[in-house]
Amino acid sequence: MVHYDVIIIGAGSAGVPATREIAKSGLSVLCIDSKPSPGQGDNKHAIGGLRATHSQKSKIKVCLRSLEILSTWKEKHDENIDWVQGGYLFVAYREQEKKIFQETVAFQKKQGLDISWKEADEVKALVPGINEEDLLGGTYSPKDGNASSLLTNHVFYTSALEYGADFRFKEPVKDLIISRGEVQSVTTTKGTYSADFVINAAGAHAQYIANMAGLIVPVIPDMHEAGITEPVKRFFSPMIVDIRPKVNKAFGNSKNYYFYQNHLGQIIFCITPDPPMYGLSTEETSMFLPQVAQRMVNLLPRLTNLKVRRTWRGRYPSTPDASPIVGPVNGLEGYFNLVGLGGQGLMLGPGLGELTARFVNNKLTREDEEVLEEFSLYREFSKEELLK
Amino acid sequence: MKNQIKEHPILQPKKEKKVKFTFDDQELEGFVGMAVSSALFLNDIKIFGRHYIDNSPQGIFCANGQCAQCTLIIDGIPKKSCMTPLEGGMTITSCEGVPTLPTSNQAVKVSDIKQQEIDVLIIGGGPAGLSAAKILGEKGVKVLLVDDKDRLGGKLVLQTHKFFGSSEDVYAGTRGIEIADILSESINSLDSVEIWLESTALAVYSDKLIGILRANQEYILIKTNHLLVATGAREKMLTFQGNTLPGVYGAGAFQTLVNRDLVKASNRIFIIGGGNVGLIAGYHAIQAGIEVVGLVEALPYCGGYKVHEDKLHRSGVPIYTSHTILSANGDEKVESVTIAELDKEWHPKTGTEKTYECDTVLIAVGLTPVDECFQKAKHYGLDVWTAGDAAEIAEASAAIFTGRIAGVKILESMGIDTGENIAELEEKATIMKSRPALPKDISVPEKEEGVFPIFHCYQEIPCDPCTTVCPHDQIKLNSGSIVAIPYFVGDHECTGCGKCVAVCPGLAITLVDYRKDKENPLVTLPIELGKKSVQKGDKVLVMSNTGDLGEYEVHRVRILKDYPRTELVSVHLPKDIAKYATGIRVQRIEVTEPMEIYHKPPLADEAIVCRCERVTAGQVRKWIKKGVTDINELKAITRAGMGACGGKTCTLLINRLFREEGIKDITPGTPRPLFVEVPLGIFAQTKEMKK
Repeated sequence: MVHYDVIIIGAGSAGVPATREIAKSGLSVLCIDSKPSPGQGDNKHAIGGLRATHSQKSKIKVCLRSLEILSTWKEKHDENIDWVQGGYLFVAYREQEKKIFQETVAFQKKQGLDISWKEADEVKALVPGINEEDLLGGTYSPKDGNASSLLTNHVFYTSALEYGADFRFKEPVKDLIISRGEVQSVTTTKGTYSADFVINAAGAHAQYIANMAGLIVPVIPDMHEAGITEPVKRFFSPMIVDIRPKVNKAFGNSKNYYFYQNHLGQIIFCITPDPPMYGLSTEETSMFLPQVAQRMVNLLPRLTNLKVRRTWRGRYPSTPDASPIVGPVNGLEGYFNLVGLGGQGLMLGPGLGELTARFVNNKLTREDEEVLEEFSLYREFSKEELLK
Repeated sequence: MKNQIKEHPILQPKKEKKVKFTFDDQELEGFVGMAVSSALFLNDIKIFGRHYIDNSPQGIFCANGQCAQCTLIIDGIPKKSCMTPLEGGMTITSCEGVPTLPTSNQAVKVSDIKQQEIDVLIIGGGPAGLSAAKILGEKGVKVLLVDDKDRLGGKLVLQTHKFFGSSEDVYAGTRGIEIADILSESINSLDSVEIWLESTALAVYSDKLIGILRANQEYILIKTNHLLVATGAREKMLTFQGNTLPGVYGAGAFQTLVNRDLVKASNRIFIIGGGNVGLIAGYHAIQAGIEVVGLVEALPYCGGYKVHEDKLHRSGVPIYTSHTILSANGDEKVESVTIAELDKEWHPKTGTEKTYECDTVLIAVGLTPVDECFQKAKHYGLDVWTAGDAAEIAEASAAIFTGRIAGVKILESMGIDTGENIAELEEKATIMKSRPALPKDISVPEKEEGVFPIFHCYQEIPCDPCTTVCPHDQIKLNSGSIVAIPYFVGDHECTGCGKCVAVCPGLAITLVDYRKDKENPLVTLPIELGKKSVQKGDKVLVMSNTGDLGEYEVHRVRILKDYPRTELVSVHLPKDIAKYATGIRVQRIEVTEPMEIYHKPPLADEAIVCRCERVTAGQVRKWIKKGVTDINELKAITRAGMGACGGKTCTLLINRLFREEGIKDITPGTPRPLFVEVPLGIFAQTKEMKK
């Protein structure tokens, strides 16, 4: 049986960066995925937003590190991931959102984040043509940005290969072999591989893999649809997020929606249905475009004539409090959760990958331990993040 | 309007109102309602802008609403010019790089999208869709027929030639444009058939609803009990250097410009591909007064009907079999084409390269079904049927049958008796779909007296109009099958009426009349080059199917009442050649001579594979060699297939690159909505969008 220091299940936004960091640290590592190539789960469904401006300490820390890695990738490695530092703009049209934003900003500033409240006029300057009626202002964080999830995954993958990592595709994991309270090996449709550590980075399928280890992780995938347009000359920079709820009898209620213009000028957009739609389907529905289009053209009428090119559906492996579940578990040696990234795998993955590598090398820092504490499977899942 | 076709042997000149518009501040004229792209070609404008990735010049490509290469800024908004009807006063500018969205600070009013239910939804109003609509509508079934064009008929509206097939079932001997009218009229009178023109199917969703953009302005979700996808075919492309230069486009785009919009799209064309599409397009070019420099076919023989090949050949168009295109040459647009002979391993032979001057390279290397709608509907479990080219590439005559069969099957699934025999229909459809056999070696009759027809018809194809017109019923097929070759029975004398000559879709029947002059019999040849293109007393170069027979004087020209577009030209010819004469040469020989210049063989890696995202064969090959076998991964890395057309053109080319590298096990890309790009405001039904 082939033995590895570490086996990672899932070659997505979490698994591939972790594989790379572990291989880079000199350990032998195998990454297994049921799909035919990397990033074919929900990584490719990500629209590409990257921010550190969360409302929870550990997420902020991890994402700041991810931003540092991704924003400097091009200069360090001469590989393109389409990184654009366009910032994030949460717009407020009602007092209740204004209140949430301003409270969060105070907390975020304390964490050292570059974010501030902008009055309506400043928001108008950031997004020419934005609907001015009832506009109160918004929070703007210029250091955040966006990148291609596809290319990001690809560069981590090729780098992992260069560091000697092995990948096995088209190999669904069938079982985890456990004995004496320790994970021994991983069985796939094609073989069995033993390892000192097995890392569950299975995204939407995290619960399914955890069950093989006799565990329950509260990761429930909820389905979101997204779309992309033709390219037009860039006329705004930030990711625009509108968290107002909207009632729509014909096409379903929705919560927040968000969109940005990528480096080519294409607008990429996504919406959160309300109530959430739980499941694993990646099949497109007829409700998405009418639902999201109404909200987007209302916010930015200039988008009316912009042609939609493609739509798709992906899954957020969500946890009850919208923070990931990362770390070892009680009573089972050699198992590590890297799950529940909640649709934020792109922005959490690189930072968590490094942390995971430090864990398997027994080199956790004090700060890492604080992060793992907050991301523990055994935390109380009662406090939902405000700006998920 | 430099390129207006004012006279055409088959088509009537444009009657629409002339209007003024501007293109990049130039004031121009065009006909109201014609595609904006055609209006620009009418004024000899063939470069529409530059690509944002590499600044390469862009022009029309599909002329069918499928790609976005013809995008122009029309009254401030980026639009596909081939699908935008010209209106007076339009301000049109070229699309240089990425377009700028018009600013608008005006708040918009949004509303919910309508949903509608129907018994049968038919997507595509070509021969298959129309035939199905007819049989369903006659039984009173509620049918909604949608078509993305402004008229019914599908590609029939581009076909000026007489059709093959059976006279009884599929209007053989009638021109495609007329069949389109006959079929359209047959459903226009049916109360239960609703027709939406300029209406495009955009998506089939997992909740089984079908998104239709109605009349280019209203998005409607349709729920249907039965769906028939009759969306036709699109043209295949080839990978060669210069393949995206303005002036390289499909034969269908060419026929759209020339036959639908009466625009002389080119002065000199070169055709790639010897199937029916390429051969017919070549003949249509000749009829429109466009010079055809040559045609290459990679196979050792042409795959199209021999009668089409013969027509082209005797018009003076050289056909180079076992040849391929190496490159289309030019900086901004096509100026010449380089071809080479192929060896037995399909590699171009060094030293055989020849370059010909031309302004247009027509790609006619086959068709592929437009079946993404069918595949999605099948995947999502709709009750879906398919017919015509969307199911299997074949002649329009076959599509008429397969559409009818789909209609009958849908009726039967609804429990409605049709009295039709499906097995019989399917058998006929199979005959219509049959590939032409190799031509037979048939010698001309030995007889040298009286008058009789000669059938220069050496290939078994489904066709029978000649057997239906003889006043004395003297023309029969060799066997009971419609594909059999015709012969003259001869138990009643031929009167030389010329009806068989005039009706033959292949222009492959001549009359030889020995009655007045045994040594120099009078030979009657059919030509379709316009009234008075040939007149009594003219000297014409008489052709056989293999070469020229010399110059002779026209003795007589007549036109039969029932066949007003076919001239019967009679010449006295020496008796040793009389039976071999089939037509007259119209094209000057100089047109077909190669240029003196030499083009060095291009690098195969530089050719563009994905024209939307400007991805080269070399870029794709690099990743194939590194072990990529998942098209989705290839797409993620290179962007090939991510462009406006949604991989409609490059998918087949990329698959071919994999085959060339010996990779068979590949993961196909994941198809996603929408089938074509549509403005976001359409889905919100914004106020301004409504006219």
